[in-house]
Amino acid sequence: MNAPRQTGNGEVIVSARGIVKSYGGVHALKGVNFDIHRGKVTTLFGENGAGKSTLMKILSGVTPPTSGEIRLDGEPVSFSSASEARDLGISIIHQELSLAPNLSVRDNIFMGRELPGRTGVDFAEEARQARALMADLEEDIDPLTPVEDLRLGQQQIVEIARALSVDSRILIMDEPTSALSAAEVEVLFRVIRDLTARGVSIVYISHHLEEALQITDYAVVLRDGNITATAEAKDIDLEWIVRNMVGENFDLGSPPAGYDFGEVALSIEDVSVADASGSGLVVDHMSLDVRAGEIVCIYGLMGAGRTELLECVAGRGAMASGRVLLEGEDVSGLSIAERIANGLVLVPEDRQRDGLVQTMTVGRNLSLASIEAFAAGLFLSRSKERSLNDESIRKVTIKTAGGDAMIGSLSGGNQQKVVIGKMLTTEPKVMLLDEPSRGIDVGAKAEVFRLLSERAAKGLAVVFTTSEVAECLSIAHRVIVMRRGRISREFGTDATKEQIMAASGEAVDA
Amino acid sequence: MTEVSQARTSPSQEASRQGFDLAKLLLEGRAFFALIVIIAVFSFLSPYYFSVSNFLTMASHVAIFGILAIGMLLVILNAGIDLSVGSTLGLAGVFAGFLMGGVTLPAFGVILYPPVWVVAVLACALGAFVGWINGVLIARFNVPAFVATLGVMYMARGVALLMTNGLTYNNLGGKAELGNTGFDKLGFDRLFGIPTGVVVLAVLAILGSLVLNRTAFGRWLYASGGNERAAELSGVPVKTVQISVYVLSGICAAIAGLILSSQLTSAGPTAGTTYELTAIAAVVIGGASLMGGRGNMRGTMLGAFVIGFLSDGLVIIGISAYWQTVFTGAVIVLAVLLNAIQYRRRPKTGAGGPTPSQNGGKAASVGTAHGKTAG
Repeated sequence: MNAPRQTGNGEVIVSARGIVKSYGGVHALKGVNFDIHRGKVTTLFGENGAGKSTLMKILSGVTPPTSGEIRLDGEPVSFSSASEARDLGISIIHQELSLAPNLSVRDNIFMGRELPGRTGVDFAEEARQARALMADLEEDIDPLTPVEDLRLGQQQIVEIARALSVDSRILIMDEPTSALSAAEVEVLFRVIRDLTARGVSIVYISHHLEEALQITDYAVVLRDGNITATAEAKDIDLEWIVRNMVGENFDLGSPPAGYDFGEVALSIEDVSVADASGSGLVVDHMSLDVRAGEIVCIYGLMGAGRTELLECVAGRGAMASGRVLLEGEDVSGLSIAERIANGLVLVPEDRQRDGLVQTMTVGRNLSLASIEAFAAGLFLSRSKERSLNDESIRKVTIKTAGGDAMIGSLSGGNQQKVVIGKMLTTEPKVMLLDEPSRGIDVGAKAEVFRLLSERAAKGLAVVFTTSEVAECLSIAHRVIVMRRGRISREFGTDATKEQIMAASGEAVDA
Repeated sequence: MTEVSQARTSPSQEASRQGFDLAKLLLEGRAFFALIVIIAVFSFLSPYYFSVSNFLTMASHVAIFGILAIGMLLVILNAGIDLSVGSTLGLAGVFAGFLMGGVTLPAFGVILYPPVWVVAVLACALGAFVGWINGVLIARFNVPAFVATLGVMYMARGVALLMTNGLTYNNLGGKAELGNTGFDKLGFDRLFGIPTGVVVLAVLAILGSLVLNRTAFGRWLYASGGNERAAELSGVPVKTVQISVYVLSGICAAIAGLILSSQLTSAGPTAGTTYELTAIAAVVIGGASLMGGRGNMRGTMLGAFVIGFLSDGLVIIGISAYWQTVFTGAVIVLAVLLNAIQYRRRPKTGAGGPTPSQNGGKAASVGTAHGKTAG
């Protein structure tokens, strides 16, 4: 793998050397060397946040690296856009679908490179080619169907068809199977084998480790922005991947001990949430009790229904069935504001979109959920607000120039602490946190977890979700593994990483 | 934190940190400097411009747009737009004219002549009602603000035309024996030498400023305009806030309608046509962002005076009305350009850039990649 050149099929076609990518102070990639072999499948393994998607975006020209060199067939190249990379034969299937839902399958496949005809676009030829691609992928979709009428898996097929239609030499697939059925995955794998037989090189990313292991020729493991291991698929097994992915982790703390849990603080009874199309359930009749002082971690893959469950419990989004009890009182019918007043709060997953008001200062974000605490009659008391904010900044250890600083001037970890601090100011009894560690560095992560365990020791019931196994084994008293909207298994503090991953469907089907 | 403006605090702190920066100062205070330049230029060009009486006359013209702009600012802070205020202004004026002429109740065989204060209250209630329709359409039925208020703009104008059959109420004076005189006071009276309209504008501006900066409602408004989802998850009653701003905007329009018809001593159904655009322009010149969450009362008032003093100045030095339109348009375009520059300079969502777009669908976690590296 480290030999720069081999001969024939399998030779290195793309080699990236010393790739560094920084966003502000955060280093997503810290000097990565990565090779793509001609006519082979190279799979990139790694946890969320390891830098997989960032690396793929750099290789496909979507974002430029901060430093480092990419060689294509031995020649240094640099692309300033995805279309330049496409012209050189590199295309990417993104993890997030990038289709225009209002356009037809045909128009999506040929978006941006419409086939010229005698009068404008040659729609007939486009439709013919689109139909051929669909046939190749064994998917019975009419090319004129609007993409929004397709289910998610079919949309993913369209995305794949679009990448195939370019005739690229190198095809990057970032989680192409996340919404596919088992049969569709089989078809995709057949297509991948056809492509590699024709000399196309594939880079593959998947959270379904075993599935990826079936198709790959080379395995590369990325952790915290570094390549930790590379090997040929024939030399490795699942255990090797998991060991290298998770590694010896930074100490994220241990479950707070030395006290007894209180009464049941939050009780989720038989809760279901309908999915976006309304035809199925993302959360499927789930029940869960959390006691005061207890920390429960919910682990699951993308799409397991964690976010939907928490949002629904917090009062956003309708419940299809069931009820939510807070200290024995039914809060199912209450608004978000009423639930906050009663002590049930949510720290949302996407802090930019749902957590922070970017146009306001740190202080105003911190005090947003507890305005009545510093209202003096009709008007707000500035001095009360300031002392409240100063207290939050100190308690939650936010590194900021002060309450008057703009929220955008803070690092990701400190922004996350603002969201958490905002909710803690309301003096909640139950705190739900959706992926609280997403996008923050490991030091901030540890601080957030320390904060949560301190609060739990004082009687706060904490429920947090994570996509990183190591976090399940830090401060949680109990680990719930969610899979397809249901609890697939429940562990105590003695769980192992392998057990948890197995229960989520990520590794072996247990 | 300075009294009136929240936007002022951070830039001035930045400036002190980075030393004196002329370009930045000019950018932040652009509406203020524009107003000074306008006054200086016209005072130089015309001997009549720089006088107390002319300023008061111009100010009473500004009052109409200014009051509309106060309501518009609230709506724009909420990331909305209210195209109906011009029509609401006209409708409220006509309604007031109708009430002043006496309400015939055939069932009792009497004609009611409500006193002026009742007329004013009822006209404001009508404005609030029109705004409430806007708000409900937008907040409850999710009609885009542009379309909802466009529709209401046509309807309100149509109702005003229907009420008068296209004619104008000229008799607003009332009769002493009926006890309904005094309508003209709104337009003509002076308090300590200042026209009533200007006094009303000042009072509303101060009230509005207090509401925006010192009350929970103001905080809710800035928060829900800046990020509605985050505000909602923080317990802000975003729908109530949204409806309220349109109601308040409708009331402001009705007040402006009363003052205008009093100034003109007549209430015409076409009064206030295209005034909504002037009000929007004032808010934008005042530095508010049409994306919501950014803007303040001081800027909006400066914006209203920039527009008013500019167009009156052009009249005084005798430039044709056609050129006035060109100038006003140019000022608006310039203001929006400067807004774009100012908000680009602000730190956004950290280094990761703004929230990732949600292409395609609710698919696999939008923005994992961006989210994890932001900041």
